[in-house]
Amino acid sequence: MSEFALQLLLTFDATLRLAAPLILCAMAGIFSERSGVIDISLEGKMLSAAFTAAAVAHLSGSPWLGVMAAVTVSMALGIVHGFACITHRGNQVVSGLAINILASGLTVTIGIALFRQGGQTPPLTSGERFGPITWWFVEGLNTIPLIGTIYRELISGHNVLVYLALAAVPLSAWLLYKTRFGLRLRAVGEVPEAVDSAGVSVVWLRYRAVIIAGLLCGIAGAYLSTGQGAGFVREMSAGKGYIALAAVIFGKWRPAQALGACLMFGFLEAGAARLQGVELPLIGEAPVQLMLALPYIMTVLLLAGFIGRAHPPAAIGEPYVK
Amino acid sequence: MSATPPLPRWADLFLLPALNLLAAFFVCGLIVLAIGENPITALGVMIKGAFVYPGSLGYTLYYTTNFIFTGLAVAVAFHAMMFNIGGEGQAYVGGLGAGLVSLSLAGVMPSLIVLPLAVLGAALFGAAWGIVPGYLQAKRGSHIVITTIMFNFIAASLMVWLLAGPLIEPGQMSPQTPKFEPAGQLPSLQAILGALGISIANSPLNLSFLIALAALFGFWVLIWRTRLGYEIRTVGQNPEAARYAGINVPRVVIITLAISGALAGLMATNEILGVQHRVVLNFTAGYGFTGIAVALMGRNHPIGIFLASLLFGALYQGGAELDFEFQSITREMVLLIQGMIILFSGALAYMFNPPVARFLARYAAKREAAHV
Amino acid sequence: MAGAAEPLGGASKPPPAIELRAVSKSFGLVQANKNIDLVVQPGTIHGIIGENGAGKSTLMNILYGLHQADSGEMIINGAPVQIHSSADAIACGIGMVHQHFMLVPNFTVLENVMLGSEGGMLLAEGREETRATLQKLAEEYGMTVDADALAGDLPVGLQQRVEIIKALKGGAKILILDEPTGVLTPQEAVSLFKILETLKQDGVTILLITHKLEEIMAATDTVSIMRQGEMVGHRATAETNPEELAELMVGRKVLLRVDKGTSQPSDVKLSTSGLSCTSPEGVQFIRDVSFEVRAGEILGVAGIAGNGQSELLEALAGMRPPTTGTIEILGQTITADGQSDPQIMRRVGLAHIPEDRHKFGLVLGFEARENAILGYHYAKQTGDGRLIESKAVTAHCQALMSAHDVRPDNPYLTAKNFSGGNQQKLVIAREMHAAPGVLIVGQPTRGVDIGAIEFIHKELIALRDAGAAILLVSVELEEVLGLADRIMVMNNGEQVGIIDRSEANEQTLGLMMAGIAPEKAA
Repeated sequence: MSEFALQLLLTFDATLRLAAPLILCAMAGIFSERSGVIDISLEGKMLSAAFTAAAVAHLSGSPWLGVMAAVTVSMALGIVHGFACITHRGNQVVSGLAINILASGLTVTIGIALFRQGGQTPPLTSGERFGPITWWFVEGLNTIPLIGTIYRELISGHNVLVYLALAAVPLSAWLLYKTRFGLRLRAVGEVPEAVDSAGVSVVWLRYRAVIIAGLLCGIAGAYLSTGQGAGFVREMSAGKGYIALAAVIFGKWRPAQALGACLMFGFLEAGAARLQGVELPLIGEAPVQLMLALPYIMTVLLLAGFIGRAHPPAAIGEPYVK
Repeated sequence: MSATPPLPRWADLFLLPALNLLAAFFVCGLIVLAIGENPITALGVMIKGAFVYPGSLGYTLYYTTNFIFTGLAVAVAFHAMMFNIGGEGQAYVGGLGAGLVSLSLAGVMPSLIVLPLAVLGAALFGAAWGIVPGYLQAKRGSHIVITTIMFNFIAASLMVWLLAGPLIEPGQMSPQTPKFEPAGQLPSLQAILGALGISIANSPLNLSFLIALAALFGFWVLIWRTRLGYEIRTVGQNPEAARYAGINVPRVVIITLAISGALAGLMATNEILGVQHRVVLNFTAGYGFTGIAVALMGRNHPIGIFLASLLFGALYQGGAELDFEFQSITREMVLLIQGMIILFSGALAYMFNPPVARFLARYAAKREAAHV
Repeated sequence: MAGAAEPLGGASKPPPAIELRAVSKSFGLVQANKNIDLVVQPGTIHGIIGENGAGKSTLMNILYGLHQADSGEMIINGAPVQIHSSADAIACGIGMVHQHFMLVPNFTVLENVMLGSEGGMLLAEGREETRATLQKLAEEYGMTVDADALAGDLPVGLQQRVEIIKALKGGAKILILDEPTGVLTPQEAVSLFKILETLKQDGVTILLITHKLEEIMAATDTVSIMRQGEMVGHRATAETNPEELAELMVGRKVLLRVDKGTSQPSDVKLSTSGLSCTSPEGVQFIRDVSFEVRAGEILGVAGIAGNGQSELLEALAGMRPPTTGTIEILGQTITADGQSDPQIMRRVGLAHIPEDRHKFGLVLGFEARENAILGYHYAKQTGDGRLIESKAVTAHCQALMSAHDVRPDNPYLTAKNFSGGNQQKLVIAREMHAAPGVLIVGQPTRGVDIGAIEFIHKELIALRDAGAAILLVSVELEEVLGLADRIMVMNNGEQVGIIDRSEANEQTLGLMMAGIAPEKAA
């Protein structure tokens, strides 16, 4: 196999690793926003979850307990968001921002109090984090050119949370489009009055949406510190929650399209990492910063209608008043 | 839906914000307690650190300067009911404007020419970074919140590229520009007052504090005394009525965002022209986001914004003191307090409204009954 | 099973379908419903009539669980019930068709109908069942509608049909319709009443909320009249007449005729020729409208709401640029390619009292004095300097308030704290102060109490007699007939015709509103 093809394959592999938290957060964003609640707190929920997962995994020795704790904390933050925006009809952007800033402060403050390591958790041992899962027949298929390599590098060898992230997409789509809950959720983000007058509680529907968002962000956060990384470092979400938000918009609030956006954004990041300092023919030094900024630039262009049109749910951002 | 009696004006203006602030501090106190420290002691350390130690007031006011600018930036947009969450990026790019002027002119011209131009550069670059989201909102219907968030990240990428590339100090590794010549540096207040024979402790407080005070007054005139301010408020409160009145709504939105961006950009006069004397990476340090808390707490009024800025200035300066005095609480505590303040004064601003209103109504009724 | 289909020889008369006892509800300081009693027999069409703001909608929202009553009892089919949500109401067999439709525009009709009663966790389970229900209702009541069309793409009449289907799908035996004909053409209204009649034959009890007397007379068996939050009378429709109902609605003999002298029209001050307006999406709001209004006369514009009157006002006011055609105001011509801007129109000499004072005419969060310069913030009212002079603004507002009887006369009071009538008087004061050569007025007395209505009508007549050209848009026929000297009728964005007041009566105008030109009608 040529060197280029292998490089490309490895980039795809990295894409998947980088996209996994984006995918989970994007699905979270879709649930929340489809119900009419803006969620810029994907970032903060993910960061809190990353810390919780690493801390609990370290203290208990079990990454699974870590995930469960992370999900609990993230859902609790979702409920705080709901309490502010659904129950008290507060500004959804302000509430999300508060959660993001709270998460920045809380993770470091509690981290220092618990571990005295400048806000980090101690590095996790392999038993405390999610290791790669080697699929069946990797050895057997290895002899087949191309397919064997693809199977080994791209499909096999990720940790369980990556597969969970990929599974979250069809699951979200099924929930949104094939179930009673999904029909009501989509309706409440468009015309909440219709849902209310049909005898369904707007408040409870939206709470369920922000709680599901919390659940998914929780897994995403756990992935950062106990799957992709080996321990928590401060600000480790590094804006991924906002990229996921961009992916939600870029995917026009639909799971499959959002998956595409996440993979594209992940690929840009993986490519940027690989091309750091590399001289490209014709272009010169690879424009790494431009590649990293592309998700944001493309989202701006899409929102402005220069490349297609994205229609947000009609009732988004508006508290429901009878 | 229970009926809530209307709240008296004084309660709405003072009692409710005070209660929200108290609630925020109370929850933070609980967290400090949970960590195993004494919140009262921590508060004492912060107050001492912010006001009592020599030079501490200067530091507090230096932070206050940043928050006045970013707070006003958010507030002017709020008056047009626009949520400019992009103060961070606008300030960052504003720093570029100030830096470019100082870098190119400070060696060849006197400070009396360079500094006003540098201040103008900060405002113009900030305005430019605000105008684009404003234009996209007004003419293309993009959601201003999302666009300004995206512009924060785009600004960060742009600045990394510039500071690590074209603008980097030759022969150095760290991503920052060369130091400005003295003509491109805003004088510190210590130097100014020293020249007048008044001696104060050393601190980063500089001339930009006075610019901030002027901006507060200018803001009041703009919003409540100019026709543009009237148009901004009309667009914010009722865009349809604005259209009826013949106000060009898209134009006002764009101008408002330009003013907002310019105010955010002016923050760079403090950090870049006044303190760092060069453009450095991430000098905005979240001050743009703090501006949102400042505007929310200050109710978009200059006096409120000044007081809120002072509070946050004291928190930042006092918070730094926590690092020295405690093992387990650090300046990140300030982020926590800030988050709580945004939550309680912003998102939950009216949580206490119904109970307070009911209490006051009952109290008033009782007093009336007693008088009869 | 219930109601009219009940065998007459039964043991006892069936209990009333709906019985309300002493229901009260207030919002803040406003008491929307005071001690309301209501009895509706099963299998009848019962009308509830009252002016805008009389509390009809509030009462129905209480019955449907969207609001909770502060006190009082509700008894449905003889059993006392507590209705805390629309789910409770639906469980009691109550369905409601709201004034503003509750459809999700990007859902299909089927999905809209399923919403809330999907028939299981998965949509697949209930979909065919709902489709069958749709089919059945279509056959029984002639309510055919394409199940797979997007609700947002349907015309208004069909959207309303979907709403009725939604209300009936679960077997509701009580159907509430809130102002159902406000958005319908006369033909659509006729077919609606046909459907209601069929439903009644089937034993459904219908509550019809309206402020239109003719609908009550034509469609109901019994009627209750509401005024200012109170129930002021119950009648059998056959034993009452429009005059009595009108009197009960407003509380005293109504003077439908406004005292005014004959008009003395002189020069043309406002005219349009071939005026058309199209939205950016290509919807044509007004088509080829040409008319002229002379100094000293009032041209009334009649029509069912939503037939282009609002857009005509906006075009004349400069808020909506014309696509083709011209507008001429006091000798100044505004063409499609020219500048159209409310500021320019005001400078030329046109004042505009908008249809909806809350949407356009006032900034409710502003003080009265700030509202008093809305649209005139570049004029001399705000002082001569570069800045707005606070004192001048306050003095201006004070003068307007005393000249036009705005109460309370406090310029610092926030606009939302004035009553509807005083808000409207403030708007009228502001616009009349400009001493306009041309005044365009939309719905001048909507949601305004009786006293203020008379005052406002007198002010309009006085302005006419002072030599202004006035264009009056109103959906209240009585108002147009009372004030106008000539009447233009609009239908579907077009002018059906212009006739003299002396040739106009409710019948001729009614036909014209349905789109039948006067020569054909005659």
